[in-house]
Amino acid sequence: MQHTIRVSCSRSNLKTVRDFVAGVLQEHQLSDILQNQIILAVDEIVANLIIHSNHEDEHKHLDIRVEIANHEFRFEAEDDGQSFSPAEYRDPDLEEHIRTGRKGGVGIALVNRIMDHVEYTTIGTRNFCRLSKRLP
Amino acid sequence: MKIAHHAINDTLTLALDGELDASSSVSLDTELTKPDVLDYRKVMIDCQRLNYISSAGLGVFISHLQRFQDAGVKLVFFNMQEKVHNVFEILGLDSLMTIVPTEQEATAV
Repeated sequence: MQHTIRVSCSRSNLKTVRDFVAGVLQEHQLSDILQNQIILAVDEIVANLIIHSNHEDEHKHLDIRVEIANHEFRFEAEDDGQSFSPAEYRDPDLEEHIRTGRKGGVGIALVNRIMDHVEYTTIGTRNFCRLSKRLP
Repeated sequence: MKIAHHAINDTLTLALDGELDASSSVSLDTELTKPDVLDYRKVMIDCQRLNYISSAGLGVFISHLQRFQDAGVKLVFFNMQEKVHNVFEILGLDSLMTIVPTEQEATAV
């Protein structure tokens, strides 16, 4: 069964999306650590879409779809903001971040390390970010 | 995110209560940016009631660590929940920051 939620592009909706994903995961009795990792990966993607792709414009929305089928968690976010180009992404050097006091830039590293599959697609003006992870 | 302060001599303890995400981590950043934080010899972060941390929360600590080290202030985390510690581990931050199990051990650092 697919679960859907639509949120406006405000940081205050990050908690709403985390609670939504927690609700979907709840009945699958995952470990605390795994459940937290999946919620974290979703939170990182949604935060990037809200802040970077849509510049916190509350008139804009994200459509989020989540399903668990065949022991796999699947997430999709659809929006019409600026598309993300994974080819330009570089894995962060944390010691360098610490030296320079850099605040951002480690979210996508978390997503890539947690999820089995991370995909960005743009069709016309619509962007789709899809994540998946095998469950035990 | 609620932040409780407790200062004894040269040690400041900040007890975090709630979730640190891209929205709520702003208040923690403001707290750690205050110049008088650097007057302490040690800043201990009590994570017992920290239920969640995202990259934005990690980023606040990453961005202040060097400034603290340059000022001779130790930053020590304690009472961290396993799922929160796991997030530090995924990035290897557990080896770049001082995280100990108990308040007693944090005091001894």
